[in-house]
Amino acid sequence: MAKKKQLLPLILGGLLVVAIPPFLGGYFQHVLILIMMWIIMATAWNLLGGYCGQVSFGHAVFFGLGAYGGGLLLLHWGLSPWWGMIVGPLLAVVISIPIGLVTFRLRGAYFALAMLALGEAFRIVFTNWVPVTAGAVGIITSRTWGAEKLPYYYITLAIAALSIYVVYRLVHSKFGYYFVAIREDQDAAEGLGIPTTRYKLYALIPSAFFTGLAGAVYMNYFAYIEPHTVFNLSAVSIMMILAVMLGGAGTLWGPAFGAAIYTILSEALRAAIGPISYLVFPIIACLIIMFLPDGIIGDWEKIKRVFSRQKPVYVGGE
Amino acid sequence: MTLFGQTVITGLLIGGIYAVIAIGMTLIMGVMKIINLVHGALMMVAMYICLVLFKSFGVHPYLGMIPAMVILFAIGYLLQKYFIERVSGVETILPESQVLLTLAMALAITEIIRLIFTSDYQSAYTSFSAKCFYLGDMSISAPYLLSFGIAMVLVAGLHLFLTKTDLGRSIRATSQDRDAAIYMGVDAKRITNFTFGLGTALAAAGGALLLPIFYLFPDVWHPYLAKCFIITILGGMGSTVGALSGGLVLGIAETFGATYWSPGYRDVVGFIIFILVLLFLPGGLKRIIGR
Amino acid sequence: MAYLDIQHVVRRFGGLVAVDDITVGIEQGEIFGLIGPNGSGKTTLFNCINNYYPPNSGEIIFKGIPITHKPTHDVCRLGIGRTFQVVKPLRRMTVLENVMTGAFLRTSNVTKATDKALEALDFCELIHRKDMLAKDLPIADKKRMEIARSLAGDPELILLDETAAGLNPREIERAMELVKKIRDKGITCFVVEHVMKFIMGISDRMMCINFGREIARGSPKEIASHPEVIKAYLGEEYAKGKQY
Repeated sequence: MAKKKQLLPLILGGLLVVAIPPFLGGYFQHVLILIMMWIIMATAWNLLGGYCGQVSFGHAVFFGLGAYGGGLLLLHWGLSPWWGMIVGPLLAVVISIPIGLVTFRLRGAYFALAMLALGEAFRIVFTNWVPVTAGAVGIITSRTWGAEKLPYYYITLAIAALSIYVVYRLVHSKFGYYFVAIREDQDAAEGLGIPTTRYKLYALIPSAFFTGLAGAVYMNYFAYIEPHTVFNLSAVSIMMILAVMLGGAGTLWGPAFGAAIYTILSEALRAAIGPISYLVFPIIACLIIMFLPDGIIGDWEKIKRVFSRQKPVYVGGE
Repeated sequence: MTLFGQTVITGLLIGGIYAVIAIGMTLIMGVMKIINLVHGALMMVAMYICLVLFKSFGVHPYLGMIPAMVILFAIGYLLQKYFIERVSGVETILPESQVLLTLAMALAITEIIRLIFTSDYQSAYTSFSAKCFYLGDMSISAPYLLSFGIAMVLVAGLHLFLTKTDLGRSIRATSQDRDAAIYMGVDAKRITNFTFGLGTALAAAGGALLLPIFYLFPDVWHPYLAKCFIITILGGMGSTVGALSGGLVLGIAETFGATYWSPGYRDVVGFIIFILVLLFLPGGLKRIIGR
Repeated sequence: MAYLDIQHVVRRFGGLVAVDDITVGIEQGEIFGLIGPNGSGKTTLFNCINNYYPPNSGEIIFKGIPITHKPTHDVCRLGIGRTFQVVKPLRRMTVLENVMTGAFLRTSNVTKATDKALEALDFCELIHRKDMLAKDLPIADKKRMEIARSLAGDPELILLDETAAGLNPREIERAMELVKKIRDKGITCFVVEHVMKFIMGISDRMMCINFGREIARGSPKEIASHPEVIKAYLGEEYAKGKQY
């Protein structure tokens, strides 16, 4: 392993993301914070969806729970939403376990759908259960550092780095092999002694944790949450998947890459053409699914071929 | 007692309309073996078509349903032939790319509609919309009743089509065993494209039937898509009888939930049924009915 | 009690009885062959042992432990390995990664798993393919990889499902050598097969089934000349009188 070679761009990149932001304007810092948040969510989703093959259309559940962890603490006990950074992800994890135990009986698209239904169910419950959740009115708080964005940036940066590191360690361990085995052929995996439901849970828990953590950060940074936004199907659950697909599912850096591109594109389009940008994304998504289904990193070979006009070579059996 | 009876009847009526939309989806699922998430959005498009016909030409949705069905048949056919077909069978890391594509299409279609019509709530309100029949003490909404009637006519018509015509039988054959159907001379590709169009037309019909009853806005399809799936799972994949019974069951259950629990939780009832079916009745009602 | 004791196993699918009251005991260290015409229930029996679906009635006991209703991964953990009639490679992993996945059954350490995997690959003479993607392998090597993958988990009994199907004569001979090597290592082999040369050449004892029921049992020689077996494969005419 050329470890030294791999480490150098990582260190350089690390220095850049740490050192440059203080010199950027408030808006750019805001965009960077968004990028970091999406990196966390995309990386988290990718662990369960890209590596373990369990495609969830309802991860907004964990994002929303993460956000409401802090929100509920504030609403009922007047505690600072920063406590939500612990309670939110924990809440997401605790709820993820019964969810997994029930939904992991389902394969493929049925699992995806069950998670979608769950996301919507949570949204409806949180909208209607007013005495507990404040309903559609939402929960509002004040920002700890006022208009100052840098602290939020460094916090999300740290969490994003942590999430990638955790996924890296998991993927290069027995867990990683077992996850991919489940993805490739669940029956073969069982036949090799892998307790598949248990290992799917092992993928779900960190995934729920970090998605919840992103939600908790959202609560603290945006200082306002309501069910329609944090439990949203298209803006949260589906966008997570698209960001991962854009960069490349089942790769370590694909999700981060996709998240960055998605956020920058989203902001740029919104500035340039206004509300039409909401249309552009699904269309881009369609194009990606049709032409680059393994993402920019996954389909890198395909992209290179287009530009160098080579004929594809098929090895062995295709 | 009156409330109970009214709840049952209203539930049945709305369930019948749900059934039409769900049958469209279960037909598609049976033949294509994929989850079709653009079904709801296409239903919504049909509703807007009916709305335009109503607002510009005074055509009542029950009549506007026909051109809407034709247009949506064409749209569905084209979407399947030129977009969804491209993605089927391609090996990717994320196995659900077909499903995702339909969802992305749904979102794109929703945004296009939103750009044209804005997010404003609209309705095709006529004096008919408020009319009620009275059965003893129970009040039954006239649009519900008429929509249900038309829905049942459509379901019966579809049943005849599937059992008595060659095309219908080809569809059933492809749905049961694609390869066997091909060996029997069925052009599975054409049947798949046709079925997608047909299923979408049914969704269009369902949407038109809903228009006199509910408000219309671009995101209106979200809960209906969910209901379709619940009904499909509840009734059993690919079973039209199952979709009909599933639709009626869901309609009644939901209305009970709305009446005795809370209107806001209406959609959660469906979700609960969904989970219960997945846990305890994996084959759906089809298992019990035996069809 | 036999090493792997199959007692009165019945498995139905709706109206079809795929396995109809099969009783057989596999002894430790032997190669036991199971043959029968297509659709006779051989793979179904394997699937029952592994519990991909449980038998409708009957018991399966391994090393004295009842495994009839244990989940598949527990059955594997107890020491029963399995290859599949239609190969199931973990397609987007390399050959080495495939076999490592099998090795992780007995260890959690990546380095140890790698060593075990390399050992298994070496045993199966597949080490030259270790970095190739599983989906790019030719069929004979895919089957070999499946065996290596199972072996990496240190099984005590291995279920080999139609290992020789689709192989050319040279590959069949190499496969026979491999199975004998596995038995010599002390691993019991329960083999299901269609290719007569393969199974007759390696089995210590054999059984023939048809329509889910046992029709003959004995040594390969006895089976080859057993009238019921000939009838099942070639029809009554041949069984009745023709000499071979």
